[in-house]
Amino acid sequence: MAALINVPAKARRGDIIEIRTLTSHIMETGFRHTVDGKLVPRDIITTFACRYNGTEVFRADLFPAIAANPYLSFFTVAKESGKLDFEWVGDNGYSSTASASIIVE
Amino acid sequence: MPTTRRRFLSLAGSVTAAGTIPIVTLRPVEATPAMLTAAIRNVVGEAQLRTGKVKLDIPPLVENGNTVPMTVSVASPMTADDHVKSIHIFNEKNPQPNIGNFYLGPSSGRAQVSTRIRLADTQKVVAIARLSDDTFWQTAADVVVTLAACTEEMN
Repeated sequence: MAALINVPAKARRGDIIEIRTLTSHIMETGFRHTVDGKLVPRDIITTFACRYNGTEVFRADLFPAIAANPYLSFFTVAKESGKLDFEWVGDNGYSSTASASIIVE
Repeated sequence: MPTTRRRFLSLAGSVTAAGTIPIVTLRPVEATPAMLTAAIRNVVGEAQLRTGKVKLDIPPLVENGNTVPMTVSVASPMTADDHVKSIHIFNEKNPQPNIGNFYLGPSSGRAQVSTRIRLADTQKVVAIARLSDDTFWQTAADVVVTLAACTEEMN
């Protein structure tokens, strides 16, 4: 699925950088009914994780109260050049990944 | 729970303005409904819940409860000895009291998380931070919602 990742391309060592992520997902709450009264089953992303060169720097548990197309912004310290890996895991075996690279000087 | 709200309004005289958002108000912990209290106890356990350190940035009035921008930040140096371990967001009147749990560490640099949430009704949103010394800090904000999320097909 499509994901938008915003990570600065370059940073100085020790800088605190903001990482913004947006992924497309319906985030069906499981509390809504169709017109004929049937409950629409829950279909949400339940966890998100960000790994910086393999080390987890941020993790989130998401609930139905997170809006559709979950947006998350958080911070990390730019320690070394490398790769940031993002992973979304959800209901019905949903899994999606994205990555971004950063140069730390 | 209309009585709770009425009671809150009568308490509004003793309201404290939260930092930079003057319209956002703080409510005493005793006014928290049962489901919210249970969800908070699940995270906090028997530990003492103190007010302060946490800042919840959320519009006091939203037109559309389907997507409400929210930023929570915690005053912390984010060092190995003194950092925020996790941030937990709760609500009062959605079908489920949890909104999100966010896990941070010293490598976060800054204890701040932004996301967009759903609010099914005019209600209180609570943010709780767990610090590295296992103390818990909270703040609450009241949000007025004109178009509710989650249950629109039922109406």
